Amino acid sequence: MIVEIGHFALILALVVAIVQAALPLAGAARGNVAWMEVGRSTALAQFLLMAIAMAALMHAYVTSDFTVVNVIENSHTDKPLLYKITGVWGNHEGSMLLWVFILSLCGAAVALFSNNLPPALRARVLAVQGMIGTGFLLFILLTSNPFLRELPPPLNGRGLNPVLQDPGLAFHPPFLYLGYVGFSVSFCFAVAALIEGRVDSAWARWVRPWTLASWCALTIGIAMGSWWAYYTLGWGGWWFWDPVENASFLPWLVGTALIHSAIVVEKRDTLKSWTVLLAIITFSLSLVGTFLVRSGVLTSVHAFAVDPARGSFILLLLLVAIGGSLALYAVRAPALKGGGLFAPVSREGALVLNNLLLSTGAATVFLGTLYPLFLDAVGGPKLSVGPPFYNKTFVPLMVPVLVAVAAGPLLAWKRGDLLGALQRLWAAFAAAVVVVLGALYVTSGGPVLAVLGLGLAAWTFVGVLAEWTERLKLFRIPARDSWRRARNLPRSAHGMTLAHLGLAISVAGIAASAFEVEHIDIVAPGGDLPLAGYTLHLDKVEKLQGANYVADDATITVKRGDAVIAVVHPQRRFFPLQQQTTSETAIRTNFLADLYIALGEPDQAGGWTIRAYWKPLVPWIWIGAVFMAFGGVVSLSDRRWRVGVASRLRAPAAQAAAGD
Amino acid sequence: MMRRALFLLPVALFLALAGYFALALRPDRDPQALPSALIDKPAPAFTLASLDGGGNLSSDGLKGQVVVVNFFASWCVPCRIEHPLLMRLATQERVPIYGIAYKDKPEDSRRILAQLGDPYRGTGVDRDGGTGFDFGVYGVPETYVIDRSGHIRQRFVGPLTAEVVEKELLPLLKQLNRS
Repeated sequence: MIVEIGHFALILALVVAIVQAALPLAGAARGNVAWMEVGRSTALAQFLLMAIAMAALMHAYVTSDFTVVNVIENSHTDKPLLYKITGVWGNHEGSMLLWVFILSLCGAAVALFSNNLPPALRARVLAVQGMIGTGFLLFILLTSNPFLRELPPPLNGRGLNPVLQDPGLAFHPPFLYLGYVGFSVSFCFAVAALIEGRVDSAWARWVRPWTLASWCALTIGIAMGSWWAYYTLGWGGWWFWDPVENASFLPWLVGTALIHSAIVVEKRDTLKSWTVLLAIITFSLSLVGTFLVRSGVLTSVHAFAVDPARGSFILLLLLVAIGGSLALYAVRAPALKGGGLFAPVSREGALVLNNLLLSTGAATVFLGTLYPLFLDAVGGPKLSVGPPFYNKTFVPLMVPVLVAVAAGPLLAWKRGDLLGALQRLWAAFAAAVVVVLGALYVTSGGPVLAVLGLGLAAWTFVGVLAEWTERLKLFRIPARDSWRRARNLPRSAHGMTLAHLGLAISVAGIAASAFEVEHIDIVAPGGDLPLAGYTLHLDKVEKLQGANYVADDATITVKRGDAVIAVVHPQRRFFPLQQQTTSETAIRTNFLADLYIALGEPDQAGGWTIRAYWKPLVPWIWIGAVFMAFGGVVSLSDRRWRVGVASRLRAPAAQAAAGD
Repeated sequence: MMRRALFLLPVALFLALAGYFALALRPDRDPQALPSALIDKPAPAFTLASLDGGGNLSSDGLKGQVVVVNFFASWCVPCRIEHPLLMRLATQERVPIYGIAYKDKPEDSRRILAQLGDPYRGTGVDRDGGTGFDFGVYGVPETYVIDRSGHIRQRFVGPLTAEVVEKELLPLLKQLNRS
């Protein structure tokens, strides 16, 4: 019964989405206010219906209703409750439902928090949102319905892939989708602006918080996925340039460019058609990612069950959504007039450089991901693209980005003084030199590129701090006055500082991974494994019974000299239902380095393979990502974006305080 | 006019991309089992240094038996997915599987095999990917079935699945071994 209610709510949501797509658009064209207002009520109704559908599927999972095909295929009575709930989006159908649920959440948020938006623009934004919803609801109902029944029900389900039964991965999809789908709002604003033929700083002030919020969620989502890969795959890698990882990284790169170019539209009323294009491309890449993951055209670990009908349907959606919006762009964008002029060396110029580098980087990753597909389609030689390709192309592109992150914010709008900015960065330069020399000394001439990477991170970190202290006039005026300046500084400036610091921290973690030390050996219980000044003593390996698995649990005492640092328990878990083994690594961190210990196979003589790594600065990769996302949140709390402020600041934002 | 053309560029690029996507979706193209230009042709000749340091792994050395050749790498995540299947094939079904470590440092390949178990009767080191190129390897993992006379009889792209092994690989091996 509850399942049918969910199914019915889904169908009703489709009907509502069709109304939401059509009526407000017609209303905006004719100036009919009542029709325009339908956009808000339908958006809220759609959210309510999707919430009912989502709750119904969740109920079926929690109660293990094995008359539902989707539950049979992905759940099992022995599964812990948490994974029964998160199993809802651990499969194709359920994750599409989550996708549309989040889309409707975004639509409802626009409807609720858009009192200051001109009614016609709001109606058009919600109508475009309704079109996307219509497309994806049709997709779910026609090709991927999670509410299908099967009678008679089997005794039990087939269970969730054990690799997915993990808290890190359980919450990774919601964040990822919040990011992907959140970008749909920027997309809708872009399309609505093209329909109206007007892009101004008020528009940018509307788009930027939505983009920023989605970007924060995507940052956290990607970081969670990478962290999961790190601790669960059991060999210490955290990024594999897998097509599906790239599919999430691409919208992130272009979304990052969009956040920056929207600043230029807001402050200087120029770069308009470029920003609109970025907004379209960011969401388009989310859609293309969805296509790549779910159509099976590329092979990847993350790929969902392959079904050509689904692939064709999503391709059709792509043609309508991306093709349609880009065609509209081709027709309307030439009419968008650029505003203020600026010299190449200026804040605008630095942001353009940022955009060029980020979009070239995104193009490189895009090419690397799709290259095998392109060649195959024309019957060319079959090649594979692995991490070496990205190290040679993408990584060098990010070096100038980091150099510029420190210098850009020090340049004035319109015309900047590069020499002056560089002079103010002497501390950053000194820090970079000290770090490079120090790293060369400590690692006795270790990998040169990694050492330079650390130097670059130091340059960025100190450079960003230098800009911040300069704004506060820290150490030059009494501390109390600096405090006052800090409080008067817009939150978005603090947010930018935090996010850029986060970038430097992540880069340091990535660069330092070249210095890791590993030791892999077979150790008998009672034996020792030395690693980077530590001694790992294998006390014993025991069998433990888990909820739906059997584990080999090792007890390892970590010692430094004679002092016991920690006792850790890496495990190998065997899931009899799926005949699959997973690895639970033991990670001991002091935030400067990780001790990473995984238990491998036993040998005939009673010994166990122990894989141990000492990984300097690796936790910084994710700490940096948290800083970036936190910076975004701080920036979002800026008062000029709060509800009710935008209308009072309708006047050109030239006087906004950040640039003074 | 030039300016207008520039604004048409995004949609033109996208349409080209969509064309490729449509080609990739055509029903006869199964990404999991790309037909190889080399099917029923002699396997490319190769002589590779052995991973364990003793002797070589060569195409001539494999002749006279029906073998499975599996391209893998330590940096390849899908390889880890199919690994338990390879172990089962090697131990329970006694299938002769030979590994080729594709674009991988020998120490990394050795490490991964020590850590997960070694399903291979012999493993060759294809450090620069030359042998993989000759075979037309699209991406690791990739698996080939080679008959007694050294002809490639089947190719599997991407990780093997239990279904593919049961329905395609094992029946094919049985048939080749009988003839």
